[in-house]
Amino acid sequence: MAITADAIPAPASRRTLRMTLAGVFGPLGQVFIFVVGSAIVLSVITVLVAFLLRGTRTNVDLVQATLTILPQVIVDGLVRGFLFATIALGYTMVYGVLEFINFAHGEIFMVGAFSGAALGAALAASGIVNALPPLLFVLIAVIVGMAVSGTLAVTIERIAYRPLRNAPRLVPLISAIGVSLLLQDGMRLIANVTGLGFNARFPTPNFGPPLQLAQIPAADGRTIPLILDVRALIFIVAATLMLIGLNYLVNATKLGTAIRAVAQDRPTASLMGINVNQIIALTFLIGGALGGAAGVLFGIRVGTVNPYIGFLPGLKAFTAAVLGGIGNIPGAMVGGIVLGFLEAFVASYLSLLTGGAFSGASYADIVAFAILILILIFRPSGLLGEAVAQKV
Amino acid sequence: MSTTSLPNSPFAALNRGPLAYVALTAYILVTSALMLMNTRTSLGTDVLFILFLLSFLLLYRAKVSNSYKLALGAIMLIGVVPYFGTMNAYYIELAIQAGIFVALAIGLNVVVGFAGLLDLGYVAFFAVGAYLWGIFSTDQIGQISPGASPVASQLFYLFMALGLFVGAFFGVLLGLPVLRLRGDYLAIVTLGLGEVIRVLAVNLDRPINITNGSQGIKSIARPPLPDFLRALFPGLNDPQLYQLFIYALALLVVGLTVLTVFRLKHSRIGRAWEAIREDETAAIAMGVPLVRMKLMAFAVGASFAGVMGVLFAAKQQFINPPTFDLIRSIGILAMVILGGMGSIPGVILGGVLVTLLDLQILPRIATELSALKRQGIVIPDWFDPAQYQRALFGLLLIIMMIFRPEGILPDQRRHEEAHATEDQEALAEVETGEATPA
Repeated sequence: MAITADAIPAPASRRTLRMTLAGVFGPLGQVFIFVVGSAIVLSVITVLVAFLLRGTRTNVDLVQATLTILPQVIVDGLVRGFLFATIALGYTMVYGVLEFINFAHGEIFMVGAFSGAALGAALAASGIVNALPPLLFVLIAVIVGMAVSGTLAVTIERIAYRPLRNAPRLVPLISAIGVSLLLQDGMRLIANVTGLGFNARFPTPNFGPPLQLAQIPAADGRTIPLILDVRALIFIVAATLMLIGLNYLVNATKLGTAIRAVAQDRPTASLMGINVNQIIALTFLIGGALGGAAGVLFGIRVGTVNPYIGFLPGLKAFTAAVLGGIGNIPGAMVGGIVLGFLEAFVASYLSLLTGGAFSGASYADIVAFAILILILIFRPSGLLGEAVAQKV
Repeated sequence: MSTTSLPNSPFAALNRGPLAYVALTAYILVTSALMLMNTRTSLGTDVLFILFLLSFLLLYRAKVSNSYKLALGAIMLIGVVPYFGTMNAYYIELAIQAGIFVALAIGLNVVVGFAGLLDLGYVAFFAVGAYLWGIFSTDQIGQISPGASPVASQLFYLFMALGLFVGAFFGVLLGLPVLRLRGDYLAIVTLGLGEVIRVLAVNLDRPINITNGSQGIKSIARPPLPDFLRALFPGLNDPQLYQLFIYALALLVVGLTVLTVFRLKHSRIGRAWEAIREDETAAIAMGVPLVRMKLMAFAVGASFAGVMGVLFAAKQQFINPPTFDLIRSIGILAMVILGGMGSIPGVILGGVLVTLLDLQILPRIATELSALKRQGIVIPDWFDPAQYQRALFGLLLIIMMIFRPEGILPDQRRHEEAHATEDQEALAEVETGEATPA
C-alpha cells in the first residue's frame, strides 16, 4: 500500500549522487521500457491481425493501411499515455497516504485546463498572445494551471475530506463524488459568468507547422509523411520533465521521505515528528498541481475545453493507477503509458479491422473499463504492485 | 430529530393523545382543500403541493394508531392526488416521476443501504428494463430479427414481470465480477459498468441495429387502457385517464417494492446484509454466505429497477441513451443518502424531496426569475437554476456526508452507529465531571 521507490534511499546525510540519480531516473527507465514494450507488442499484434484478416476485405489492403497509420498511432498512444500518467499520479499519491480515491481529481485536471484557457483568453484580449514565444506561453500557462489546481486540491481536502478522515470508508468517497459534481457545475457557472463560454477556446501562440520527421515510401509510389505535432511534442517533453521532478521530490528529498513515511504508517510517522496533516495537504498539492499541468497541456493540444472534459480522463487515469498498482508512483506512470497505448490502438484500428462495424473511439472507453475490471479481479495489486493482505 | 427527544417542546402536546388526531386531520384537510381549490400551475400551487406532501411526513411521525395512519395515507394517495391530477396534469406527472424515483431509490437502498455496496451504475438496470419494453413493443424488434413484429401491448404486464427477471439477471451479471472488490473499488467499477451499458446503448446500432443508437426508440407502446377506468370516470378524456392509469401502476409498484423490501429487511436475508455491511470478516465467521448474499442484494436491487424501467418506457413512449447517464445514478444515490441509507421511510422521503427539487422547485425558480426579468429586473442570463442539477446533487452529497451522514430519517441502527463515538465522548465527559449542563 505504501508508495514504493526502486532505490531504497539512505538517510539524507549519507545519500550519494549515484543514489539520487537512481531514485530519479530509475522509475523513468521503467517507464521507457514500458513505452517501447507496449509500442512493439501492440504493433506486432495489430499487424498480425491485419495480416490474418487481409483476405476479408477487397477494397483496401489491410496490412498496408495498418502500417501506414502505425507511426501516428504510436505518437497518439504516447501522448495519451503521458496524459493518463500525469493524472494517475494524483490518484495514486493520495491513495498512498490516505487509502482514499479522490474522485474529484478529474475535475481538478479540468479546472487546470480552464485556468490555462482563461490565461490564454486574457492574453489574447490584451493582444500579446501572438507576441509571446510559444514555449514561454506554455511555461506561464502550466505554472498558472499548477497553482490554481494545486490550491484547489488543498482547499477541497481541507473542507470536504479532512472532517471525514475517520469516518467509514464510503463516507469520504461519497463526499468526493459530490465535490466532483459541484466542481463541474461550478466551473460551468464561472465559465458562463466570465464569458469564456461552455466550450471555451484555448488561445495559444502559433506553434508553427507540424514537424516532418520522415517520409515513408508506400507501395504505390506515393510517400506518406510521418509528422509530429509540435504541441504533442511539448506535451511529451513537459510530462517527462514533471515525472523527473516528482521522482526527485519523492525519492531524493526530506519531504519525499516524509511523504513515504506517512504513506507507510501514519501514526508512526506522526511519532517521528512528521506533521501528518501538512504532508497530506502537500500530497494533495503535488497531485493537484500535476493534474492542473496535465490539464493545461491537454487544453493546449486540443484547443478547446469544457467543464465535463475531466470526467472520462479522470476515470481512465484511475484505471491507469490501478493497472500500475495503486499507491505506487512508478506504477501509475507505467499504467498510464500502457493504457494510453491500448486506447490509441483500439481507437485507431477497431473500425479499420472490423470494416467499420464497431466505432473505435467509443469502444476504446469500454476497453479501459474492461481492463479495470480484469485487473481488479485477476491482479488487484497491479503491474508493479506487491500483493498486500487486506487489513481486518 | 426524534420526537421523543423533545418532551418540552410546545408541539409535543400536538403529537400525542386525541389532539394529535384532530391536528393531523385538520392539517391534511386544510392543505388538501387549499390545493384542490388552486389548480393553476404556479408558485403558490407548488407551495401548497409541498405542504400537502408534508402531511405524509407528519402522518409518519405522528403518534396516532397505525390503522388511522394507513387510512389517511390511502385516502390521500388514492383519492386526493389523482383527483388533483385530473385537474392539473403537471402535478400528477410530478407524482408519477416521484413514484418512479422512489421505487428506484428503494431498490438502490437494498444495495447501498442494506448491504453497504456502493453502486454508482444503478441506472444501467433501469435502462435494461426500459430497452426491454422499448425494443419488443416497437418495430425495433424487426431490425434485430427480420420478420418479427412487435408484441401486443396487452403483454405489457408480462413484460413487467420479465423486467423483474431480466433486471435481476443483469444484477447478477454485473455483480459477479465485482464481488471480490472492496467498497471504494466497487463504486468505481460499477460506475464504469454503468457507463459501458450507456456506451453500448449508443453504439449498438451497428453492426446489428439493436438499440437504434443515439436517436433512441420512438413511439413505444402503452398498455391498453382498461375499460373499467373509462366506465368509472366517464367525464375524463383519454390522456387524463392514461395519466391516472400510469399513476396507479407506479403506486402499485412502489407499494409492492416497499412491502418486499420491508419484509426482506426484517428477515434472515436482511440481517445477513446488515452483517456484511458492518463487518465482512465477522459475517463470514458467523456463517453468512457472502457471495450469495451480495449477489442477492444486487439482484433484488436491480430487479426493481428493471420493472420500473419497463413502466418508464411505457410512460415516456420514448427512450434514448442520455436518459440513463451517470447523473441519473448519482441522483438516485443522492435520494438514498439524503433520506438515510438503510431506512425505508427515509429513502421514500429522499426520493420525493430530490425529485421535487430537481423537477419542480429548480424549474419553478427559473420560471419565476424569467418572469421577474420580463418585468425589467436585471438578472444575468447565465443564472438558470434548472441547469445546475449536478451542483445540486453534489452539494447535497457533500453537506449530508459532513453534517449528517446517517440521513434525514435515519435507520435506527445506522443512527446509533454514527453517533456511537460522540455518545462515548459525552459519557467520558460526564464521568470526569467536565460536562457542561445541557
